[in-house]
Amino acid sequence: MATTAKVDVPGSDPVLGVQEFLKLLLRQGEIGGVFVQTHLNPHGMPMPTLITDPERLDRADPLAPAFPMNAARMAARLTHGRSGDRVAAVLRPCEIRAFVELVKLNQGSMDEILLIGFDCLGAYSNRNYPRYIGGDDPMSLTSGFLGKTGGSEDTAQSDYDIAEACQSCENLEPLGADIGIGLVGMDLGDHFVVTAHTPQGEAVLSRLGLADVEDPSARRAAMDALVEKRTAYRNAMFERTHEATSTLAGLSEFFARCVNCYNCRAACPVCYCKECVFLTDVFDHKPWQYLGWARHKGMLKMPTDTLFFHLTRLAHMSTSCVGCGQCSNACPNDIPVMELFRTVGARTQAGFDYVPGRSFDEPPPLSVFKADEFPEVAGAD
Amino acid sequence: MDTAVAEEETPQAPATEAFEPTIVAFVCNWCTYTAADLAGTSRLVQRPNVRLVRMMCTGMVDPKYVIKALLGGADAVLISGCHPGDCHYINGNYKARRRVKLLNDILDQFGIDRRRLKLTWVGASEGNEFAETVNDLIEEIRELGPIETRDMMVL
Repeated sequence: MATTAKVDVPGSDPVLGVQEFLKLLLRQGEIGGVFVQTHLNPHGMPMPTLITDPERLDRADPLAPAFPMNAARMAARLTHGRSGDRVAAVLRPCEIRAFVELVKLNQGSMDEILLIGFDCLGAYSNRNYPRYIGGDDPMSLTSGFLGKTGGSEDTAQSDYDIAEACQSCENLEPLGADIGIGLVGMDLGDHFVVTAHTPQGEAVLSRLGLADVEDPSARRAAMDALVEKRTAYRNAMFERTHEATSTLAGLSEFFARCVNCYNCRAACPVCYCKECVFLTDVFDHKPWQYLGWARHKGMLKMPTDTLFFHLTRLAHMSTSCVGCGQCSNACPNDIPVMELFRTVGARTQAGFDYVPGRSFDEPPPLSVFKADEFPEVAGAD
Repeated sequence: MDTAVAEEETPQAPATEAFEPTIVAFVCNWCTYTAADLAGTSRLVQRPNVRLVRMMCTGMVDPKYVIKALLGGADAVLISGCHPGDCHYINGNYKARRRVKLLNDILDQFGIDRRRLKLTWVGASEGNEFAETVNDLIEEIRELGPIETRDMMVL
């Protein structure tokens, strides 16, 4: 497996190259539609869009440094049940991992989807992307962001950079994808490569009549350097967050600006419950309860249950956290939610030797058990 | 917060008075609850620090029950059910063990000592075992001291 083919870039613009590749897929790949981030307004935010007409792909821009939402949820919707045709979904690596988690949690299916990933160089937050594009046509800026050789140029702007989640993301390769678009280390003015990672991807790729190439070692070296840089950033972030929240008082201060809007939960791709318990009658407290709690300590912060909410969410989904950072993106008060969830998630995932999104063969830790495990928690006697 | 205010807020626990731990115990109907009942009818000495919550199975103890108890000022949480292989619902106790493992890894991060969450297996006929488990836990937590949430104004 792992056929690698070359896609030529027209007009020195890799965005056009990706569009041409997607058009080829729609015309020859036995694909019914392409699900891809697309500019729908002249200066707005590109949004996940389902496209069936190849002519409509001319504003598709999956490589733009914009990440309005984790589209794994939308991909799950597209595959929860039958559509009768296969859709090619162009997703970031973290979106693919979240989608794999959702499939394992029975929220989506791999039956009618072809996952197309790409080397992800990150994205600006929803607040900073509009600053990045200013008054320009956003499509004209994407190739500049990617740099001449995919990741070689500094992404930092005057007083902001790509999102913290992206700066601290060491999983930028689209390993779970059927087909991966290789950008890092490529001469993007000339070409990029596409690699099949699965039999399905292999079958589709072989239909397109692209020229096979060896996966150049230049990509490997450039990728390793990027991963190393981001891993170092991540480790520093883990340390900083761990220190700030090593006591409950620290955690309380960490969430001091939280207004219980639950946007982090709404934005989270793996927090999939149709009705969150925190929105049910269970938390519809009565006036006498509030007064009773207030009397207990002489005062009561309202809204109540802020730490309770975050700790419960950590217990419910941290083993599936893919680190996409949409929780931080969605926070109206700029609480670094991603930092905490990744820090704690790294611990809970390591505790079960689980990597979210890595494989369909690994069941989510809380969905299975063994008779003989964790003797330190409670023995087998 | 200045110290004068802090002292005013905890008049019920002056330093001279011995600390009495409060322990919330989620016990399964079929084994540990029956054992607790047996301990009572056998007139075994049990201290009044434990608040028993009778569940149908430890497998239905959601992590949020534990979190709520600890944030609400419980000094420790005990989850106790049937021995492995004896679960009335076949495997609920194994599921409970994974959740306790998960909670340990999370709560540890925020400075909540792992000893504040305990999972044990106590069978229906083990009244003495139940009394011993509870009394040992009370002593352990007494040494550990009160949980941080008792004095926290903002949660």
